[in-house]
Amino acid sequence: MKRLDRDKLITAVGAPVLAVFAALVLTSVIILISGKDPFRAYQVMIEFGTTDRSAIYIVNKSTMFFLSALAVAIGFRMNLFNIGVDGQYRIAAFFAAAVGGALSLPGIIQIPLIILVAMGVGAIWAGIAGVLRTTRGVSEVITTIMLNSIAGAVIGYYLTAGRLGEKDGNLTHTPNLPSSSRIFMIETSVGDINGFVVFAVLAGVLYWFVLNRTRFGFDLRSVGQSETAAAASGVDVKRMIVTSMVLSGAVAGLVGMPTLLGESYNYGTDFPLGVGFTGIAIALLGRNHPVGIALGALLWAFLERTGTQLEFEGYDQKIVEVIKGIIVLCVVIAYEVVRRWALRDQQRRVGEELAQARKTEKAEVGA
Amino acid sequence: MCAITAPSSSSTAADPPAGAAAVELHGITKRFPGVVANHDIDITVRRGTVHALVGENGAGKSTLMKILYGMQKPDEGTITLDGTQVAFASPADAIARGIGMVHQHFMLADNLTVLENTVLGSEKLHGIGDGARARIRELSEAYGLGIRPDVLVEDLGVADRQRVEILKVLYRGARTLILDEPTAVLVPQEVDALFDNLRGLKAEGLTVLFISHKLGEVLAVADDITVIRRGTTVASVKPADVTSKQLAELMVGSELPTPETRESTVTDIPMLRVGDLHLTAVDADGVPREVLDRISFTIHKGEVLGIAGVEGNGQSELVEAIMGLRDPDDGSIVLDGADISHAATRKRREGGIGYIPEDRQRHGLLLEAPLWENRILGHTTERPNSRGLLIDAAAARKDTRRIVEEYDVRTPGIDVTAASLSGGNQQKLIVGREMSHQPKLLIAAHPTRGVDVGAQADIWEQIREARREGLAVLLISADLDELIGLSDTLRVMYRGRLVADADPAAITPEELGSAMTGAASGHLEDDTAAPDAAVRKPAAPDTSGDADGGQGGGRTR
Repeated sequence: MKRLDRDKLITAVGAPVLAVFAALVLTSVIILISGKDPFRAYQVMIEFGTTDRSAIYIVNKSTMFFLSALAVAIGFRMNLFNIGVDGQYRIAAFFAAAVGGALSLPGIIQIPLIILVAMGVGAIWAGIAGVLRTTRGVSEVITTIMLNSIAGAVIGYYLTAGRLGEKDGNLTHTPNLPSSSRIFMIETSVGDINGFVVFAVLAGVLYWFVLNRTRFGFDLRSVGQSETAAAASGVDVKRMIVTSMVLSGAVAGLVGMPTLLGESYNYGTDFPLGVGFTGIAIALLGRNHPVGIALGALLWAFLERTGTQLEFEGYDQKIVEVIKGIIVLCVVIAYEVVRRWALRDQQRRVGEELAQARKTEKAEVGA
Repeated sequence: MCAITAPSSSSTAADPPAGAAAVELHGITKRFPGVVANHDIDITVRRGTVHALVGENGAGKSTLMKILYGMQKPDEGTITLDGTQVAFASPADAIARGIGMVHQHFMLADNLTVLENTVLGSEKLHGIGDGARARIRELSEAYGLGIRPDVLVEDLGVADRQRVEILKVLYRGARTLILDEPTAVLVPQEVDALFDNLRGLKAEGLTVLFISHKLGEVLAVADDITVIRRGTTVASVKPADVTSKQLAELMVGSELPTPETRESTVTDIPMLRVGDLHLTAVDADGVPREVLDRISFTIHKGEVLGIAGVEGNGQSELVEAIMGLRDPDDGSIVLDGADISHAATRKRREGGIGYIPEDRQRHGLLLEAPLWENRILGHTTERPNSRGLLIDAAAARKDTRRIVEEYDVRTPGIDVTAASLSGGNQQKLIVGREMSHQPKLLIAAHPTRGVDVGAQADIWEQIREARREGLAVLLISADLDELIGLSDTLRVMYRGRLVADADPAAITPEELGSAMTGAASGHLEDDTAAPDAAVRKPAAPDTSGDADGGQGGGRTR
């Protein structure tokens, strides 16, 4: 059994390390081809990325990435590809901001209310894809992509002066939240950390607990591994598809909350975009495990932070985008390779151990 | 015959040196993870003969044939064809050398014609038009296959499809044909026709390698027999020199396990009542089809009800309707007094249905999950797997260890994935799991398919044991001996209907087989054994009454 545990560790850690290493090698080659020094670039990244201000930035940014990846991972565990986290978090944050801007209740009531509205809107938006999949057999990949652009259009329609938005210079945004609805900050000597990081950690713990320790989680995972076996085992597969899409959407609803409650206090035309897609990459990188996702989110935030600095040093900022793309590619390949290798290796060893057992059995009988 | 002189574009097929065997395998060894490997295989197949390769399920026959057909590479040993040593990298190499394989599962496109299926991938040989058609006719006549090139494959029966597969192989110039369990899908009458075809091939100088574990068939058609046991060849015999019992003992290596149930344990307490069950399904072409047509039967406590039938006549749908995986249009399913006609699958499982699915890898296991999680599968809501809403991993693990011990699942531990166990051990785990929740009704679909001999005997014993304790069993199997041996009552299913019933004590596989083609219906009876059977089975009058009333043998013909 010791050996099997060790194998698990190798699969869990080996693949990401292999992937990141391969990505580094490939990136170096690309930087070399562009005529620059790759090691200088890494040095700049590390120096700038480890400054105090960068550390605060990275933690705050990765909170958002983490939640987004968690939402995607719920789908992945079910074998569902929720590409729509992007639309879900944006439309959720938008309506939550609109509700929050219109009310002025005490913070202890209003903050949870805003969060619940966001989760609810995200859940409904993702649920549409789930219902279409179970009733009409439409692939959730298609519907969630479509729903992304519909979400963009809906926000664009309502985010105009006279509807739910108000004009502020070049920007249009929803009315600001009352100051009571701002989330607490964790003050450190070098800067403030967004208090929502606490909720993100809780979400991660809850995700792990529900999936691994509850009956519901077992059912969900079994559908992800084999729909036919899960159905025969008594799981209502269709209901599970809708439920997990709804859950995924609810978590997606949280993605915009650190920004809304702790930074912008409104939803405007400058609200962060594309975090849902980043989440897909990070969920892959973290192998759908909360700890892995957290590390992936930190790495991503690090790359994002240091990419801007590279530009000042005469590198093309897009080189960081290239690194990210290569990492995702390498990750997907490395996981598949390691997974197959581990499975085959285990089959071989089980065969060997059984053959060994038979031999000793025979020997005992002989004696 | 032109068919022999110009059958192949391959140069090797012409003029084999006289005296050399068509196929000679020497010292073949193949190691595999977790399953029976081949070792030290020696086989010599004479040209122009039907050579049977017999062995139990899992003995390594199919692996060996895959090696000969180039689908697997041997780790050691040599393959010699007509005196020339060869090494195949792929089936294409084997085909070029005049070896053809007819797989157990047909590889035909339903929506294409026989001609199109035949030329597919070999368009270069005789084109795709009249040249090919003429060649097909020529081959069909030469070997008496009776093939019409322009009918759609979907309109053909199983036996015809098999002949198309044989023709495909001949069309590609095969001189040596491998047939992998060709009779598994056929009823006895069709088997006889196939054997006539094989004799025809032999008469034309072709060589046939015939894989089977059905001894009667082997003795009827083969010129030479090689017995394979636990991955190695143990004997080569002539059919004239052995009896079927001796052959069986060679195959199994010791005394023979039989599926015979000894004393009747049937009670008159009904456990499962299925009444007028009706189900329509839309087939691949969008046409609604009746897959279950007014099915009625009752299984009592302590009774094994066997359902015979050629696969695809509604057995899978019946099982799925009882499991709640398909919702019947009409009719009722009553388990131990409770109506479960439209209940959710989980409710039914909690209500006491155990399920050994037909396809264990797709329906019974999570292949990449560890054994202890597989032990939870299907019984998530029950002790010891869970407490309240939480999974009780410690208790589930402990109970998995017990199952591994009691049901002799060969594994180094409970943390290995299900995929790393051999088929027989996977099945034992499933049987152990299903039996661990005191089922009232066990649905066993092909419980010993692809399972090695030892495991097969264990599984039969478990079913018998549970039956003694009052379990009701619905047994579906393609193995007629298993059906006859284990069942207390037999029903025959044909095109979604239960067309006939039979007493397993009084019926022969042949009689059962003819009912499976729809040729016979009503109560099948062998005159000599009838009175004895009536004594043995107190429940028989009740169930046969159901059949006459519900199905009406007369109605079907």
